[in-house]
Amino acid sequence: MIDQLYQEIILDHYKHPHGRGLRAPFEGEAHHVNPTCGDEVTLRVAMAGSTISDISYDGLGCSISQASASVLHELLQGRSAAEAFAVHEAFVALMQGRGQVEPDEEVLGDGVAFAGVARYPARVKCALLPWMAFKDAAVRAGVGVSPEVTA
Amino acid sequence: MTFDVARIRADFPILEREVNGHPLVYLDSANTSQKPRQVLEAMRAHQERHNGNVSRSVHTLGTEATSAYEDARAKIAAFVGAASADEIVFTKNSTEAINLVAYVSAEFLSLGPGDEIVISEMEHHSNIVPWQLLCQRTGATLRWFGVTDDGRLDESTLTDLINERTKFVSLVHMSNILGTINDVSRIVARTHEVGALILLDCSQSVPHLPISVADLGVDFIAFTGHKMLGPTGIGALWGRAELLAAMPPFLGGGSMIETVTMAKTTFAPPPARFEAGTPPITEAIGLGAAVDYLSALDMRAVHEHEQEITAYALKTLADLPGVRVFGPGTAEGRGGTVSFDVAGVHPHDVGQILDDLGVEVRVGHHCARPVCARFGVAAMTRASFYLYTTTDEIDALARGIEQVRKVFA
Repeated sequence: MIDQLYQEIILDHYKHPHGRGLRAPFEGEAHHVNPTCGDEVTLRVAMAGSTISDISYDGLGCSISQASASVLHELLQGRSAAEAFAVHEAFVALMQGRGQVEPDEEVLGDGVAFAGVARYPARVKCALLPWMAFKDAAVRAGVGVSPEVTA
Repeated sequence: MTFDVARIRADFPILEREVNGHPLVYLDSANTSQKPRQVLEAMRAHQERHNGNVSRSVHTLGTEATSAYEDARAKIAAFVGAASADEIVFTKNSTEAINLVAYVSAEFLSLGPGDEIVISEMEHHSNIVPWQLLCQRTGATLRWFGVTDDGRLDESTLTDLINERTKFVSLVHMSNILGTINDVSRIVARTHEVGALILLDCSQSVPHLPISVADLGVDFIAFTGHKMLGPTGIGALWGRAELLAAMPPFLGGGSMIETVTMAKTTFAPPPARFEAGTPPITEAIGLGAAVDYLSALDMRAVHEHEQEITAYALKTLADLPGVRVFGPGTAEGRGGTVSFDVAGVHPHDVGQILDDLGVEVRVGHHCARPVCARFGVAAMTRASFYLYTTTDEIDALARGIEQVRKVFA
């Protein structure tokens, strides 16, 4: 059962994070904290026109929150804002699905490895921490949630 | 009488259950303790046979409930060596007890700019935030003791920190994260020398050590029921009778009054003055039963058992590669609460894998974030013990930590 939580993909991203470290220039930054455990992440969004040219981040926390940031970087970097928010929505739905949502690997890539996390309610917040920070940073970069996503 | 752990464990129904297919190994008693059948039965019997509101009914049920509620107060007073039952104020928990004292101190001590309140870096958030709020309200200044590398209060600054401007000192007796038991005798003497008052947060000590407020020499203590075999929702403030008598009320409402007119109210003497509204009656009775249970075992024996378990745990953890224990390295001057780090693995992950093996520990900042910051970590893993803890359970913890290291190797 615990193997579903600690999948190799998650442990790999934790031990060898992609795109970690804060970089400049950037258009929006957000710092999110999980007050119950003290995990934190700072995430920056850099834009080139309507494309997300860089997502840089730094953080302190458990394997789930830190691997999630690495997967987010890999999935959303270089995408258009609209595409990024579609992936964002799919990841949030997976996490909030109590283990009942079947993830689409086409959309979520390595993010599918987090399907097991949804069965551990205490850990869902860990997985979502960087994604919530991304949403705020994107809004601050002026590329808030697009209308077709919020609808 | 020898301390018979197997017989004690038989009183705790929850210890029979399994978690994730493994026998429960409950190592989170500093968070909340488990409850013996005797406490659960006392609460059930009260609800089934004697339920009525307290201090206001002439009928039989009300009289029985009042008598049981006040009996509980008397037992708890005797348990901490109070001079009288009237020195025990029932609260919701330690947090409320500390807030009560902090809140009324503004008026009671006429606090203003230039006055100082002293706490320490070792405090639980419940003994930090109420004093920060008090200082914001009154303009008083908050100061604090630091913590040494081996997890003890740094008393080298004592005479500077506690001075003629100091009006109140509030310190933890036993740290909920480092396990340190603070010998506060020098601090108490200095506090009284400068004419200030001192509260001791005994949330972690009253459940585990023989406590006498007379021997401690302090002015107030706060403790909570659910960490000492009692239910949640009930705690206590002990205060010296003459201080409680001089303090203004905290919350207003029923039970705490003498006479109410539309223009003004006069207040009841303590402890009623500080118990506005219907109190947690069943919970108080449950805490009384918990105190009976602990008293029958003798707190000296409880403490001795925990010292043995703690020494065993410290040695076991010290022998594990990659494990670093925070706080005092020996059982001397510390209680059965041991926080540690597993190199390269976040406490959340440690706790999750231990839970998979039925081992329940707490992870995170333990409501003592400044302590984590002091030791340069964001979070810690904490195993905490009680009268029902066995060396087998410490061995299960050690096996669990080996498994953690395997998963994250």
